[in-house]
Amino acid sequence: MTEQANQLVYAPPRHPWRFRLRAQHIPLLATFVVCLMLYTAACIYLRDRGFFSLSVFISFFSDNAFLGLTAIGMTFVILSGGIDLSVGSMIGFTSILIARLMNPEPFTLFHHTITLPVFHPLVAIGVALIAGSFLGLIQGVLIQFFELAPFLVTLAGMFFIHGLAQVISLSSIGIEHPLLDKLSDFAIPIGSASVRFPEIVFAVVALSAIYISRYTKFGRTIYAIGGNEQSAILMGLPVARTKVLIYALSGFCSALGGVIYALAKWSGQSEGGLGLELDTIAAVVIGGTLLTGGLGSILGTILGVLIVSIIQAAIIFQGTLSSSWARIMIGALLFVFIVLQKILSSRARS
Amino acid sequence: MNATNPILLQAMSVTKLFPGVVALDAVNFSARAGEVHALMGENGAGKSTLIKVLTGFYPRDGGQILLDGKEIRPKTPAHAQQLGISTVYQEVNLIPTLTVAENIYLGREPTFFGKIRWRRLNRLAEQAMSRLNLHIDVKRDLGSYSIAIQQMVAIARAVDVKAKLLILDEPTSSLDSGEVQQLFAIMRQLKSLGLGIIFVSHFLDQIYEISDRITVLRNGKLVGEYLTRELPRVELITKMMGRELATFETGLATSVASDSDLKPPILEAKRLGKRNAIEPFDLEVRQGEVLGLAGLLGSGRTETARLLFGIDRPDKGEIQIDGERARMISPADAIARGFGFCSEDRKAQGIIPDLTVRENVILALQASKGWLRFFSRRKQTELANHYIKALNIATRDADTPIKNLSGGNQQKVLLARWLALDPRFLILDEPTRGIDVGAKADIQKLILSLCQQGKAVMFISSELEEVVRCSNRVAVLRDRRKVRELTGAEINEHNIMATIARSDA
Amino acid sequence: MTVASAAPATPKQPRRAPRSLVLLWPVLALLFILAFNLAFTPGFFHVEVKQGHLFGSLIDVLKNAAPVALTGIGMTLVIATGGVDLSVGTVMAIAGQLTVLLMESEHYHWSMPTACFAGLGVALACGIWNGILVGYVQIQPIVATLILFVSGRGIAELISNDNLTAHSVPFQYLGRGFLFGLPFQIAIVIFVLLVVGLLMRRTAAGLFIESVGNNPVAARFAGINERFIKLLVYSFSGLCAGIAGIVVASNNANADPHNTGLNVELDAILAVVIGGTSLLGGRYSLIGSIVGALIIQAMDTTILTRGVAVEWTLVVKAVVVVGVCLLQAPKFQRLFRRK
Repeated sequence: MTEQANQLVYAPPRHPWRFRLRAQHIPLLATFVVCLMLYTAACIYLRDRGFFSLSVFISFFSDNAFLGLTAIGMTFVILSGGIDLSVGSMIGFTSILIARLMNPEPFTLFHHTITLPVFHPLVAIGVALIAGSFLGLIQGVLIQFFELAPFLVTLAGMFFIHGLAQVISLSSIGIEHPLLDKLSDFAIPIGSASVRFPEIVFAVVALSAIYISRYTKFGRTIYAIGGNEQSAILMGLPVARTKVLIYALSGFCSALGGVIYALAKWSGQSEGGLGLELDTIAAVVIGGTLLTGGLGSILGTILGVLIVSIIQAAIIFQGTLSSSWARIMIGALLFVFIVLQKILSSRARS
Repeated sequence: MNATNPILLQAMSVTKLFPGVVALDAVNFSARAGEVHALMGENGAGKSTLIKVLTGFYPRDGGQILLDGKEIRPKTPAHAQQLGISTVYQEVNLIPTLTVAENIYLGREPTFFGKIRWRRLNRLAEQAMSRLNLHIDVKRDLGSYSIAIQQMVAIARAVDVKAKLLILDEPTSSLDSGEVQQLFAIMRQLKSLGLGIIFVSHFLDQIYEISDRITVLRNGKLVGEYLTRELPRVELITKMMGRELATFETGLATSVASDSDLKPPILEAKRLGKRNAIEPFDLEVRQGEVLGLAGLLGSGRTETARLLFGIDRPDKGEIQIDGERARMISPADAIARGFGFCSEDRKAQGIIPDLTVRENVILALQASKGWLRFFSRRKQTELANHYIKALNIATRDADTPIKNLSGGNQQKVLLARWLALDPRFLILDEPTRGIDVGAKADIQKLILSLCQQGKAVMFISSELEEVVRCSNRVAVLRDRRKVRELTGAEINEHNIMATIARSDA
Repeated sequence: MTVASAAPATPKQPRRAPRSLVLLWPVLALLFILAFNLAFTPGFFHVEVKQGHLFGSLIDVLKNAAPVALTGIGMTLVIATGGVDLSVGTVMAIAGQLTVLLMESEHYHWSMPTACFAGLGVALACGIWNGILVGYVQIQPIVATLILFVSGRGIAELISNDNLTAHSVPFQYLGRGFLFGLPFQIAIVIFVLLVVGLLMRRTAAGLFIESVGNNPVAARFAGINERFIKLLVYSFSGLCAGIAGIVVASNNANADPHNTGLNVELDAILAVVIGGTSLLGGRYSLIGSIVGALIIQAMDTTILTRGVAVEWTLVVKAVVVVGVCLLQAPKFQRLFRRK
């Protein structure tokens, strides 16, 4: 019996010390290679203009910190097989909410004039983050418990949140506070450059997201749902709870993006971040995450955001090319990656 | 082994009702520790309903289930699992994009203050797999392994939750013979550890190789429980099909067109085959004859039809049409050559539920004509009404959505879809399943009349009596292999059953 | 046929909802908005005649709904196959930009019809690109059309990064002219609707589209070339977006690569869904989508003419959309049937 079983044993050659390339690594690897090639090419081509410097490299993260933050939230959503179109409007909403809370204006509600006190920026930010998470949560509830399409719910959510932002204020509101001055002056010098607040927030969120996705049951459940939702239910995983939380998490991440946006612009704008949702999806897909869910990584998304930033920065540095080329190149990259994923997944199936 | 083993699970007069159907009628069933218990029955026998009741997928409408002598009432599959009843399905219910190790421990990962301990998890998974005598790289994606390995991972997961009873629902359907042996090795191992195993399979050879006991269900009723070594194959088949050998009649169709050999073949399959679907086979289809395809469920009948209709691509052999080699890569190609295929899965592959009866009838004919040459509304209604009348379809009118019709009437609409094409070769896969006796007779008559018009028909049915009555020639399939062809006076139920039952071993 | 033909047994079937009932909810919603205005918005139904042309809020609703209605017609067919086209807004920008450039630029100076055809041709090419990706490369529709969505505006900006003024009077007629007292845009919508409606009724395209959307496997088994059908609907959606883009450019006498068609894809999807076509595909209603576009525009105009709260437009729109979708959701309906 044992002898018979032993004949049937699969014993693949094992090289524990060597990294073995596996099919699931290819999209991430491709992203990395593209990222490296783009950066090298840009550095060589733009060497006279000082593209190759630490401060430029750090600026990749600061200029697109809000894109990066929303992309991290979106990665969780897409990994679970869903989509969140409301992230762009969330940025405008949180920025205007913070600005309004710090500069309240009397408004009438049911014939009563209400005047809110002036809130401390930290309180305002806290309220905005809670509001963002809550709006995400509601969308998650609609998707999970009424079985509406994520695409549709978050599309309506996008209108709703953008509308809320407009209700708060149509025009932009400036913000001022000694604390914000301190935050903006805050810098940790690294060599010739320095790391500032947006980069730190981005780094902290990115690291936490990587931890959540790799080392928590919540994170693994997200992968399982995206891999096969029916199986995940049959395996007894908390699918409903996780799915609702994913949208709340995405709401939180994009709200945080809104906070960074407000701090960077010194104001709140209801139109801020408009149209960002599809750019975010593009960054996630370029980062190697499969839109059907189940496969991908936060690290890939960070690389995806980096690629978008490199393209944008290189075109600005180059000076003569119009910024439209950035959009076209991102679109072209998106196409290449989608086709690559298609080929990989069809080969994996056969 | 046998009766001395303690009873693990006992189901007593379990009943399950669906609207209009008694799916399980006071069925008794028991599984013993350290035994493989095969659950047998043809379509609609109630096997899957029984399993779904045992695993809490459906609530039961009557009866009792005892596990270790205590009454249980599983609410969900997860609940049943906690009670000790784990199930592994044919389509592996795991996450192909995660690693083997994760799939075994998903939901119960070892953690340290909420942080998953990957090393420990992988080590545990390796141990779990090696308990099944499988030494594979548990850090690889589940999807990169064969279905067989995936199934074994599913078993490893099922067993690791301290299961007492393991239900294997058609686990061997997509495995090759080597993989089946591997699975059996694991089953024997689990059996020796005192687990009870319920095994569902359509492969007789496998049943006789692995099982200790057989329970046969038919039409939602218990036929009986038998020790495998005391039940000859022919008897098992008669019990499953519900007929006594003595009452068999010979075919009526033998009197029809015995000169069919003179007519040229429309289609010839030469060593046509596809891995894990059907072994290479030769087959001829001639004008004006009904070719019956007999075999148990899962014996490769539908797979054969799919190859001939261009749905699946064969990886071996070729198809010749009118003596010339033909390449068919889509149903549209097959239809262009005058073929028709009425699928057995009415709901998933047949009806377009929201469209009307009229639209469903003209669909294939219209598709073959192209989208520009559209039938006028009047012509469509005329065509639909013709078939509503000819096939006796019970519908308010031709403009009723097909989803509002009963199953039998939907089936007739689908038949009409293919008849409207006036095909020279029509494949009918289980056309009479789930419809009443009168409609069955209509369809059988229709087949014979098609044949008299010089068309060729391939008739697939689980009801031998029907196959015998209608066919000029019968190809018998067993375990995905064409094993014999019967012609003329050879065609009777006894011969077919004997062919199905015969073991090669 | 030698089959027995006894009289059919009396069928016991659930009462069938007539197809026109699909339109019930959207039409009721539209009527509700109009009734609301009749009661609370003075002058909403006031129609003036100036120089033989009709003016007023109602006419504005009809006219301003045109771009969404046009893209909505194409989108309806795409959604009926179970897909979606996110690129219509950017295709509008591309088509408008190219058309005006070819007419106005000194290098080209094309005549108005040729320029328009060139614009439509590019839009059609965009649609074909989407159709190939979805039908033949078999990429999910959301992803496939996302590519053009992301890069399309860049392409429009490359054609010309400036706002181009369209001086041509015949060109301006497309968006600003009047026919029989009504804005010409309405005539364009009706024309496209008639052509599509006729095409869907006189050819089998409509039947095939619904079959592919309702049960793709069964449609394939019945011999329908579903890839070609998909190519067809995406191409057509591109063409519709092209028409809309030209109409918008004409209406503004200006082609704006940055803002033309912004968010139109979302409005078009909403119009289709409100109009009763399921996002899952299958049965569609072109008229429903037009009604959906009118509802969206009527809400916008209502809020605008009431002058109170422009900023509430989107919130109201979103609530209405979620409401309509919930009403259509089987899970939500079951929730109430159980009680």
